[in-house]
Amino acid sequence: MSDHHHKETFVTKYIFSQDHKMISKQYLITGIVMGVIGVFMSMLFRLQLAYPGKSFSIIEAFLGKGGEGGVITPDMYMSLVTIHGTIMVFFVLTAGLSGTFSNLLIPLQIGARDMASGFLNMISYWLFFLSSVIMVASLFIETGPASAGWTIYPPLSALPQAMSGSGLGMTMWLISMAIFIASSLMGSLNYIVTVLNLRTLGMKMTRLPLTIWAFLVTAIIGVVSFPVLLSAALLLIFDRSFGTSFYLSDIFISGEVLHYKGGSPILFEHLFWFLGHPEVYIVILPALGITSEIIATNSRKPIFGYRAMIMSIIAIAFLSTIVWGHHMFVTGMNPFLGSVFTFTTLLIAIPSAVKGFNYITTLWRGNLQLNPAMLFSIGLVSTFITGGLTGLILGDSALDINVHDTMFVVAHFHLVMGVSAIFGMFAGVYHWFPKLYGKMMNKDLGYLHFWLTAISAYGVFFPMHFIGLAGLPRRYYNNTAFPIFDDLLHINKVITIFAIIGGLAQLIFLANFFFSIAKGKKTSKNPWRANTLEWTAPVEHMHGNWPGEIPEVHRWAYDYSKTDEEGNLWGGQDFTPQTIPIRTGEEEF
Amino acid sequence: MKALFFVLIFVVIAVACWQIVKLLGLTKVENQTATEKENNINGWLMLGLMGFIYCLMIYSMYGGKEVLLPQLSASEEGKHIDVLFKLTMTLILIVQFTLQFLIYFFTFKYRGTKGRKAYFFADSNKLEAIWTITPALILAGLIIYGLWTWNNVMDASDAKNPLIVELYAKQFQWQARYAGKDNELGYANVRFIKGTNTMGVDFTDKNAADDIPLVVGEGKFVKELHLPKGRKVIFKLRSQDVLHSAFMPHFRAQMNCVPGMVTQMAFTPTVTTAEMRMNEDTKAKFEAINELRKKKGEEPVEFDYLLLCNKICGSSHYNMQLKIVVDEEADFNKWLASQKTFAQNLNN
Repeated sequence: MSDHHHKETFVTKYIFSQDHKMISKQYLITGIVMGVIGVFMSMLFRLQLAYPGKSFSIIEAFLGKGGEGGVITPDMYMSLVTIHGTIMVFFVLTAGLSGTFSNLLIPLQIGARDMASGFLNMISYWLFFLSSVIMVASLFIETGPASAGWTIYPPLSALPQAMSGSGLGMTMWLISMAIFIASSLMGSLNYIVTVLNLRTLGMKMTRLPLTIWAFLVTAIIGVVSFPVLLSAALLLIFDRSFGTSFYLSDIFISGEVLHYKGGSPILFEHLFWFLGHPEVYIVILPALGITSEIIATNSRKPIFGYRAMIMSIIAIAFLSTIVWGHHMFVTGMNPFLGSVFTFTTLLIAIPSAVKGFNYITTLWRGNLQLNPAMLFSIGLVSTFITGGLTGLILGDSALDINVHDTMFVVAHFHLVMGVSAIFGMFAGVYHWFPKLYGKMMNKDLGYLHFWLTAISAYGVFFPMHFIGLAGLPRRYYNNTAFPIFDDLLHINKVITIFAIIGGLAQLIFLANFFFSIAKGKKTSKNPWRANTLEWTAPVEHMHGNWPGEIPEVHRWAYDYSKTDEEGNLWGGQDFTPQTIPIRTGEEEF
Repeated sequence: MKALFFVLIFVVIAVACWQIVKLLGLTKVENQTATEKENNINGWLMLGLMGFIYCLMIYSMYGGKEVLLPQLSASEEGKHIDVLFKLTMTLILIVQFTLQFLIYFFTFKYRGTKGRKAYFFADSNKLEAIWTITPALILAGLIIYGLWTWNNVMDASDAKNPLIVELYAKQFQWQARYAGKDNELGYANVRFIKGTNTMGVDFTDKNAADDIPLVVGEGKFVKELHLPKGRKVIFKLRSQDVLHSAFMPHFRAQMNCVPGMVTQMAFTPTVTTAEMRMNEDTKAKFEAINELRKKKGEEPVEFDYLLLCNKICGSSHYNMQLKIVVDEEADFNKWLASQKTFAQNLNN
């Protein structure tokens, strides 16, 4: 494969590239651009929540008619929360995270020349790009972008009479997501086939780094659940445009009875959450995989309980497909069904707890190298636990009744999947930047970025639990209509201040990222002294990844600080790359 | 144009960040993992972050206490929920304090130094068994207790002489209908909506005539929904247009209103509005609120039970509410007798 020397033109090398490393960079940059848009939106609506009705010129500047006089309109507010959610969940944390790291690491860590199908991979990226363009374009249309919440429950999302964002904006949302799903499926199938078929000599499944396990299982969940969202979206398109009644029944709006009969919005909720819940794990599992690798490398210790980690990933993946009903405890679903979903939901706490304990044990008696990637990984473990624990409340149907759809939920999922997954993504970028660009990122800016981000993440989302427990629903444009929420305003101000600090702190990351690409110091081949295969590939990217033969693998990825019987480090160093054969007298783990 | 200006400012800040670092000469890269100094500083800072998180938790729990809903549940069913909630919350806090301590303390204690040797410790079936079985046992308890509570709250089949009330949601207001003497609601469907019949009641249904609507005509809205203390209320929920959710946080009650479907929730109010106003938590909360309102030059307010919409339903979702008044049963009956039935309304 690498023997051919295709003549690479600018277009085939940088734009319609079929090389997984270039595609990975394309995903990352697109993800970052979408992330900037998504985070910026959240800062705008946080201003409205802390200073309801106050005029800000920045709001008028960016939102135009939706921010006339510097105050966000209720419709624009709904659009902002909707598109913020959509962009962050799908475009940043699904495509941006999986797209970047699955593409970069799967071939490099399993020892393959490229993805199983480079062409499919290219198509996958460009469909993602197309769907991003459509989503962003929907921000500029006359009636405003989709505004029914990122969960787009019909009838609100189905009827333009119900909300102006449910007109053309919603159509564009659906088209964008349909294309996105196609892209995601192509990516996932490629990942699965590559991991299963293209592993190098000696790379048994039980020797795969946990990153690859996480990407593989994530891709499987994606393939199982994304098509269901596609069908949900298609049926919604039928209801909206062709007069069918899948989700709609008995509706009277704008002074007239609509013809819909016999449909059920609950059906949509089932279909949506059949993807929607696994989606949480599609977002968090790659982050956990990345973290496993980084924590082991920087603790200079093997990840504790490698097999238990794999089993818990698989258990989480399995359970994640049978818990979707916990989003629907108060929809009028049969209470018995609610009981079943409570049972399966709370079970997820077991494999999650196993993972948490294993991370903590990995830190124990390590020799921790606290570089930015490591700090973000430890931060992930911390926020994953903080956010995950409140899942015990939300997953318990009886307790969910009084916190369902309140700000408590917003706090919970932002910590457990938003902040945690973003931390995982940052950790990954800091760790694999040398592999992506052959340069080092600036560490001091990395530290500053971590500290500001970590403090503001907790500052934003911890107090948010309390305004939820005070009964404040989510997606409220403001809470001045209810005197009982008057005393929550000062908490909202604190949250907004932290949100702005946290948002601005990302500029440090952006500066560091882009300037390091241009001006960063050259990296050595294996800067973190890690065991995995990608660090045996040359710094300068080449088609086919390795010159000559692909290296053979002789051991698992976590032989850090392994000692012989006399307590001396094997080979005199605290890491043993996977390519080094088992030495005489050494036992393979 | 202005937007461009703001973007420019952001870019300038980012460039400034980079330049400052460059000027300070911090870009050097000798040790590519982390130096001992970096480990030391970050180790201490991690301990600081733990302190920050602990302070935030403790402060939120004390400072945040007075903004919360009154501890006293206003319904019989809510009491079960509160017990389960406290139990779960206690458990969560214990685990949270312990695990966060372990994470940050280990990070601090084992921060890298030159002489330190990491301990090759890859697996232990015993440990894995411990932290699989322990959570499993605790969760088994939580699940069983949770399901018992859930069944208690959701099952209204054995209620004796319940009051049946229909809540009817539409963009962006609530309407209501009491079942009247026969305690059965007349059939209704949006296809019957016409003129003053805003809830779409089918008047040919014999159960409909004695129903008591809480809205009389177009433009006349329900001001308050009355409920009796000590009698089980079964709510039948309907929606006219999009999804809504009837949320009554003081009663620990919530259920969605789904177009094309009748959903149900039930609870027994146990605290009248007057009693709740005398509750210590409520008093403290409303004193604080009125203090704030005074500063802004707004009228003081009194506590009232509320019904809020809690499912995104359109642009005025944030202001879709209904006041609820819980009376002693005798007062409630008197009030209900003073309301007109459909039949009486039609005769006028």
